[in-house]
Amino acid sequence: MSQEMEYKVPTMAEMLAANESPEILFWVGCAGSFDDRYKKVTIAFCKILNKTGIKFAVLGTEESCTGDPARRAGNEFLFQMQATMNIQVLDGYGVKKIVTACPHCFNTLKNEYPELGGNYEVIHHSEFLQQLINAGKIKMEGGGEFKGKKITYHDSCYLGRANDVYEAPRAVLEALDTDLVEMKRCRTKGLCCGAGGAQMFKEPEKGKKDINVERIEDALATGANTIAVACPFCMVMMSDGVKNKEKEDSVKVYDLAELIEASM
Amino acid sequence: MHILQQILFLVILTAAGYLISRRVRTIKRTIELGRPEDRSDNPSLRMATMLRIAFGQKKMFDRPIIGLMHFIVYAGFLLINIEVLEIVLDGILGTHRLFAPFLGNTYLYLIDFFEFLAVGVLLVCAIFLIRRNITKVERLQPTRHRELNGFPVIDANIILTSEIVLMIALLSMNAVDSILQQRGNEHYHLIGTFAFSGFLKPIFSGWTDSALVIYERIAWWFHIAGILAFAVYVTYSKHLHIFLAFPNTYFSNLNPKGEMSNMPSVTKEVQIMLGLVQPDNEAPAEIARFGAKDVKDLSWKNLMDAYSCTECGRCTSQCPANLTGKQLSPRKIMMDTRDRLEIVGKNMEANGGNFVDDGKSLLGDHISAEELRACTTCNACVQECPINISPLDIILQLRRFQIMEESDAPASWNAMFSNLENNQAPWKFSTNDRFNWADSLKS
Repeated sequence: MSQEMEYKVPTMAEMLAANESPEILFWVGCAGSFDDRYKKVTIAFCKILNKTGIKFAVLGTEESCTGDPARRAGNEFLFQMQATMNIQVLDGYGVKKIVTACPHCFNTLKNEYPELGGNYEVIHHSEFLQQLINAGKIKMEGGGEFKGKKITYHDSCYLGRANDVYEAPRAVLEALDTDLVEMKRCRTKGLCCGAGGAQMFKEPEKGKKDINVERIEDALATGANTIAVACPFCMVMMSDGVKNKEKEDSVKVYDLAELIEASM
Repeated sequence: MHILQQILFLVILTAAGYLISRRVRTIKRTIELGRPEDRSDNPSLRMATMLRIAFGQKKMFDRPIIGLMHFIVYAGFLLINIEVLEIVLDGILGTHRLFAPFLGNTYLYLIDFFEFLAVGVLLVCAIFLIRRNITKVERLQPTRHRELNGFPVIDANIILTSEIVLMIALLSMNAVDSILQQRGNEHYHLIGTFAFSGFLKPIFSGWTDSALVIYERIAWWFHIAGILAFAVYVTYSKHLHIFLAFPNTYFSNLNPKGEMSNMPSVTKEVQIMLGLVQPDNEAPAEIARFGAKDVKDLSWKNLMDAYSCTECGRCTSQCPANLTGKQLSPRKIMMDTRDRLEIVGKNMEANGGNFVDDGKSLLGDHISAEELRACTTCNACVQECPINISPLDIILQLRRFQIMEESDAPASWNAMFSNLENNQAPWKFSTNDRFNWADSLKS
């Protein structure tokens, strides 16, 4: 692929104006839109979509929070306000299939919108990347940058236990020909990063230790210098954990999409 | 003499039956205090779940050695009950080893098998006592887990000790029985030496016939009366899981664990607010409380969960909040719910079946805001529970009450709420800037 490739990020409004409809809606999420670190993941995923020729669109400024943090905190009114407005926008565009890089958005859109009238096929980007790899649409150049490197994968609770997605992220990492090493607590036993349930938006309750520090110790114990994540909140918590251990020079945290994009 | 024994037996059996049925009625009534929740869908999947998780103990084998030991006690409990059936019939009919003449040699093998199980149960219960009290397995220590202080620790030791004592009674009874058979005592059918109790025979070999008969009778009475007393005790104990594990797994949540239950009452208000439906002018029916403050606001399934919990602490041992020293313990959530239910149940019994407000509630008097706020909703507790209890479901309903009824939120959550209301994002960024991330790609 040429470095000068022109990337396009069409919005649903533009698609509609051109009388076209996309194959998928890429649901960016708040972290993917505003968090400086996760914006890089959004961009990496858009590049993959461009390079693989997937006809996609985003909602742009018409997107808004799914309401997950409000619901987990206990604010059902606010959640349902957000959900109802989002469903109106999504149905207005006739959206059928949604891909998102955020497991919290994924869980809410997939499991909680149907009861409020929003029915879509919702796929997490780890599953979508696996599909693209299986279909031969993603080709690694010379095995890619991470070939043979030791990588450990941190399970997101909202992908794993919440929705039983354990294998897709691992399949993506295996396609990169990495040396995937598991932490002592993984899959169904994976330890939370500490950010779920709206903890991301408050200080932790008092205790002996921060959860992300406990978790980063699992990751560092594997000896891997690359920690793969598939969730914006895990990204923040694991990156902070690396900083807490003063390992930011040697240990890097990447999202699956970044690892794939860097190897294409 | 025989008829007196039969009458006494019937009296004990009836008393145990009465006490158990009265207690079951109370438990049933308190569970029915909960909100309705439909768990009647998909009966075939529910049956399969129950067979796999409760009958087959699938999740117990996540920790294989403990799983195997637990399985021995469980199989012992299920199968020795066949022998208990014979004992009960003997008690009623005044017979001795009623099944023996019908089964011939098979009877000997059957009793050998029960003895094998009895020895297994005895050994495993001893190991379990050692794990609790000597090697001090972390999740079972009251010094580390405050919810175990007091009755829960005593309860656990009573259960294990009772099972050991009952098994000793059974085995020594068989040993003495076998000696009496071989001495040609006419009351004791000649069956032979049993596989395991045979080793106990030397202890009794010097006893006179009449001493042996007395011992055999005492052991027989102690064993059966002990079982009946234990059955009554179980209904007051964490050990109730031996029965409730079955319905509790049958009524498991079959949805993805990440899905939170919807609140239809809120949906209607939101739709009116957004102008999607017209408000009906009928006076609203009794407005239910938003979220849960007390046990009766929870669903009946949450309450059944509480009675089914055997306080094993697998949930707490995997809880990220508890592991890092926070106040939250999912096991404590379940035990608190049950404690509160017991108080409410007693209150109802004392007031002719109606609950009289005691000014207390689950939230506040048992479970604190700090505990609730430590939860990351990671589902580790739900995943771990060997009988599919969900502490998380209770936590989230209590959170709903805190936020929607009491506006009791940490300041940073209030800030997050107002960001969501004003900017449709949990952070303070303008909606207009939401698509700026794409600028670097499009240039």
